[in-house]
Amino acid sequence: MTPLEFTIGAAYLVSAILFVVGLHLMRAPSTARRGNLVSAGGMAIAVVSTVVTSLLTAGGSPWAWGALILGLAAGGSFGVIRARVVKMTDIPQLVSLFNAVGGGAAAAVAIAAFVLHVNGTTLGPIVTVPIILDVLIGAVTFSGSLIAAGKLQGVIPGKPISFPGARVVNVAAVIVALGAGTLSIMSPHNVVLLLIVLAAALVLGVLMVLPIGGADAPVIVSLLNALTGLAVAMAGFAIDNQAMIIAGALVGAAGTILTLQMAKAMNRSVGSIVLGGFGTGDSKATAGTADQDAANIRQVTADDVAIELAYAQHVMIVPGYGLAAAQAQHEAADLAKLLIDHGIDVTYAIHPVAGRLPGHMNVLLAEANVPYTQMLQLDEANAAFDSCDIALVIGANDVCNPDARKPGNAVSGMPILNVDHAKSVVVLKRSMNPGYAGIPNPLFNDPKTGMYFADARQALDDILIAVKEYVTA
Amino acid sequence: MIETLFSNLAIFVLSLLVGFEVISKIPSTLHTPMMSGANAIHGVIVAGAIVTAALADSPIGYVLTFIAAALAAANVFGGYVVTDRMLQMFRKPTAANAPARKEDPS
Repeated sequence: MTPLEFTIGAAYLVSAILFVVGLHLMRAPSTARRGNLVSAGGMAIAVVSTVVTSLLTAGGSPWAWGALILGLAAGGSFGVIRARVVKMTDIPQLVSLFNAVGGGAAAAVAIAAFVLHVNGTTLGPIVTVPIILDVLIGAVTFSGSLIAAGKLQGVIPGKPISFPGARVVNVAAVIVALGAGTLSIMSPHNVVLLLIVLAAALVLGVLMVLPIGGADAPVIVSLLNALTGLAVAMAGFAIDNQAMIIAGALVGAAGTILTLQMAKAMNRSVGSIVLGGFGTGDSKATAGTADQDAANIRQVTADDVAIELAYAQHVMIVPGYGLAAAQAQHEAADLAKLLIDHGIDVTYAIHPVAGRLPGHMNVLLAEANVPYTQMLQLDEANAAFDSCDIALVIGANDVCNPDARKPGNAVSGMPILNVDHAKSVVVLKRSMNPGYAGIPNPLFNDPKTGMYFADARQALDDILIAVKEYVTA
Repeated sequence: MIETLFSNLAIFVLSLLVGFEVISKIPSTLHTPMMSGANAIHGVIVAGAIVTAALADSPIGYVLTFIAAALAAANVFGGYVVTDRMLQMFRKPTAANAPARKEDPS
């Protein structure tokens, strides 16, 4: 072992430790930002030591280094600009986009490792197997994540897209990809076979995500994130780079855990999501929707809500998808602040899948300056509902459907917020349309529930004005 | 060659186990920044782009280097910046009571 190899090995070890410590620090809001910076430090060490070792051992032509610098500048500035200007409501599609480019980069590195060896030494299966796996997984995540980002952005319709014979094409793409992959492992000089693997995998990624409903897209984003991690680890095997193997495996594990937790909170299995099914995210498109009993409800006005709020002691706000869609997080936070300033205890009950990505609601509220100590997770929130005077549900539906406790319906067994345990409930909603599960919510017919039909943002503004009348008098 | 494979496989499997262990304790409050942060970590593929540059000796190699570098750089820089932007908004109550409300670009 030369001194250079020793130094590089040590540097990679340090960066691996920093990645793990960084992820570890991310588990508490107070240290999370430091955790991200620690992980970025690990990345800097990994990159610098790779540059040094490449320059000292391989050299390379000025053209190649020029192409590298040009690429880094172009991609880096694109990434930084998008990251700085993105609206917090659009975070899910940006995460998906960054995941897509990561998968694409992994595939490109594998193709380069294959092509650049064609004229040199013969590649053994120890190198070709990870290369093929990398191209396969990387290309699937590239095209799949782009489609998922498109669905989240609304460029591609959120409803499941399918065409006759889609399943046949899917199976065909898998067979072609695996067949060409096996062949190119056996004859590691054939670039055409590798390109066939690439093309089949790209098609597969598109076909895998198209039939998935927009509401399920977050789970797919997380699953594809895990797959990109694996693709990067495979690239690490192919070029014998331990920093890439470690980081890729960490992300693969992280993505898998998140995917499982998310699927559980949505009451879906990962398998049924990938195979496509119900869950269009658009209630009107759901076939066979059971109608909610619209006659037996109590409608309330902004003034009614304001009186209840102004004379409450404990208020809980239950934000849902509707709040995120209306971008009403600032209005909700303003209302909460007004109440808090008058001595009323206000907390937010946040379901794990509220918003458009698990934890997305917390980001939106944090953007509106809500301190994280006021954001209650499922268990804490459910303990607090029993002493809650009024629960203000903003654009949430299935996550507070008491029918989840009964067997035999679409939400049975789903972990829910016990909004019905509050003394009084107000639901801000645009209409009586059912949520993503497409079933009625008996909470809305509860005698203690008042329904307020309006856009979340407008409604909160009206309530805020009305509350001011009572609390300042 | 086979020794390298096995030491790499051991590293891979142990890293997976460490990943499962570390991530399973993250609260749902931080799931979105966590996913974004993990996303940034797989931007380490930029190291692969650098290795590719060192090997490239033909026009096709230069093109692949450029593609890999551009995609990887968008992943790694964008990922860390957007994660940091999210996390810097998570405040303690004392900081939130301060009247200063930062300009937000939306």
